[in-house]
Amino acid sequence: MGAIVEVENLTKTYKDGLIALGGVSFTIEAGEILALLGPNGAGKTTLISALCGITAPSGGHARIGGHDVVRDWRAARRLVGLVPQEVALEPFERVINTVRFSRGLFGKGRDEALIERILRQLSLWDKRNASTRELSGGMKRRVLIAKALCHEPRVLFLDEPTAGVDVELRRDMWEVVRELKAQGVTIILTTHYIEEAEAIADRVAVINKGEILLVENKANLMRRMGRKTLRIDLVQPVDTVPEALAAYDLERIEEGAALLYHYDTRGDGTGITRLLQALAREGLCLRDIETRQSSLEEIFVGLVQEGAA
Amino acid sequence: MNLRAIWAIYTYEMKRFFRTIFESLLSPVISTTLYFVVFGAAIGGRIEEVEGVSYGAFIVPGLIMLSVMTQAISNASFGIYFPKFIGTIYEHLSAPVSSFEIVTGYVGAAATKSLVIGAVILMTARLFVEIEIMHPSMMVVFLVMICISFALFGFIIGIWSENFQQLQLVPLLVVTPLVFLGGAFYSVSMLPPAWQVVTLFNPVVYLISGFRWAFFGVADVSPGFSLAAVAVFFALCLAAVWVIFRTGYRIKS
Repeated sequence: MGAIVEVENLTKTYKDGLIALGGVSFTIEAGEILALLGPNGAGKTTLISALCGITAPSGGHARIGGHDVVRDWRAARRLVGLVPQEVALEPFERVINTVRFSRGLFGKGRDEALIERILRQLSLWDKRNASTRELSGGMKRRVLIAKALCHEPRVLFLDEPTAGVDVELRRDMWEVVRELKAQGVTIILTTHYIEEAEAIADRVAVINKGEILLVENKANLMRRMGRKTLRIDLVQPVDTVPEALAAYDLERIEEGAALLYHYDTRGDGTGITRLLQALAREGLCLRDIETRQSSLEEIFVGLVQEGAA
Repeated sequence: MNLRAIWAIYTYEMKRFFRTIFESLLSPVISTTLYFVVFGAAIGGRIEEVEGVSYGAFIVPGLIMLSVMTQAISNASFGIYFPKFIGTIYEHLSAPVSSFEIVTGYVGAAATKSLVIGAVILMTARLFVEIEIMHPSMMVVFLVMICISFALFGFIIGIWSENFQQLQLVPLLVVTPLVFLGGAFYSVSMLPPAWQVVTLFNPVVYLISGFRWAFFGVADVSPGFSLAAVAVFFALCLAAVWVIFRTGYRIKS
C-alpha cells in the first residue's frame, strides 16, 4: 500500500517567535500504526494540529490521501478522525447525540447501525443515553474516540490517547487500536509512554524540539540501535574477573555470582562464542545465561540526549 | 456546501433551546408582563396616546426589539463561546466545514430562537392590548433581519470574549442602554429638540422606528432609512465575521 499521509518540510512558527516545527518531513503508509514519540513540548500536538486544520502551518506542505491539507482542506479532512489530548465534551449532552453530531459535522447521513457498532466496540453502548459529565475519565476518552470514528475516517490521529488512564484501560485502548488497524484504519498516535509505542506501533517517529530525529520500523530500530546484555550466572561466585577475560570488559554483579557482558548487535560478531569458550577454559561453570535487549525507552533517551548535545 | 454540517450545528443548538424551553420562554413572558404592568398601567395611565396609538400598544414593538436583540446576541455569543470554553471547538476546526457553514448553523439557530421569543412576546402583548399590524410582511422582514444581524453580532462577541464577563459586557453595557434610549418606550418627537438630534446617532432608533412603522404606520425616521440601517448593520457584522475567519482571530493559533 502507498503513502496516505505525506509531510514535506512542514514548519510552524508562533507569533511570539517560538518555532514549534522546524521543517518536518515524513510519510505514513496506509494501514500502519505510527507512534510519534517525544518529550513534552517536542511539537507532537502542533504537528497533529497542523495536519488536522486546527493550526495553520507557516510553511511546507502536507497531503492526506493525496489532498493538500490547506488547498484541498475539505477533501483532506473528510479522511481524518482526531482524538484530542484534552478531554473536551459538551457536559450536558447524551453520549449518542454527541456522536451523531460529529457524524453530521462531517457531512455524513444518519447511520444508527454504524454508531451502535462503534459504541459497542468501545463498550459505550450501555452508556449511550448517559450525559457525558456522568462518565469516568476513561469513558470520556472512549466517547472522543467514538466521535472520531463515527464518520469512518481512513486516518485516525490519537493525541496521547492514554495520558492519565489506568493500566487496565490503557491495555483496552491498545486492543481497540489493534482492532482499528485490522479494519484498515491508519493510525498515528502521539505518546510519551515508550511502552505504548513498543506495544502497538509498526513504526516509530522520534520528534524533539520540532525536528523529526528518525522514523523507523520499530523492530529495525530496536535491532539497529539496540544494545544487548548477556547475563551469565555462575555456579561458584568469583572474587575477581580472571585476567584472560579482561578483553570482554565484564561487569561483576551480585558479589561475583553473575557476570554481565554488553555487546552491540550491529557489530560483525557479538563475541559470545569466544567468550563462552574462554569461560570454559578458565574453568568457570555456568548455572544459567540470559540475554536482554535495551528497551525503546533507552534508545529514545539516548536519541534525545544526543540531540541536546 | 456541507449542508448536513449546517443542519447538525443548527439542530444541536436548537436542542439546547428545547432542553430548557420552559426557562427560555418563561423569562421573556414574565419580563414582558412586568413592562406592561410598569409602563402600560402605571405610566400609560398618564399618557393617553402617542401619535394616535395607545401607549400600551405603542411600546409593544420596542419591547419585542429589546428581547429579540438581547436574546439573539446572548444565544449566538454563548453558542460559539461555549465550544471555545470547553474545548470542543477542535471538532469544528478539524471537520470538513467552512466558516460560512459554521456561522450559518450558529447564527441560524440563534436567530430562530430569538424569532420564537419575539413571537411569544407579541402573543403575550395581545393579551394586554389590542394590536393591529398595518404592514405584516414588512414587520416580518424587519424582525427576521434584526434577528439575523444581532445573532451575527452575538457570534462576533462570542468569538472575541475570553471569559463569561466579557460575554455579558456588550449586551448589558451597550445594547440595553441603546434600546432604552432608542425610543423603545417613547417617541423621539417627545424629546427636547437638542436631544432629538443626539438620539439620531443611536443606530437602534432606526431599527425600532422601522419596526414600529410596520405595526402602526408611524415612525421617527423614514422606513427607508430604517431598512438601510438594518442592511448596513447586517453587512458590517458579516464583514467582521469574514475577517475573523480569514485571520483565524481568537480561533486558530
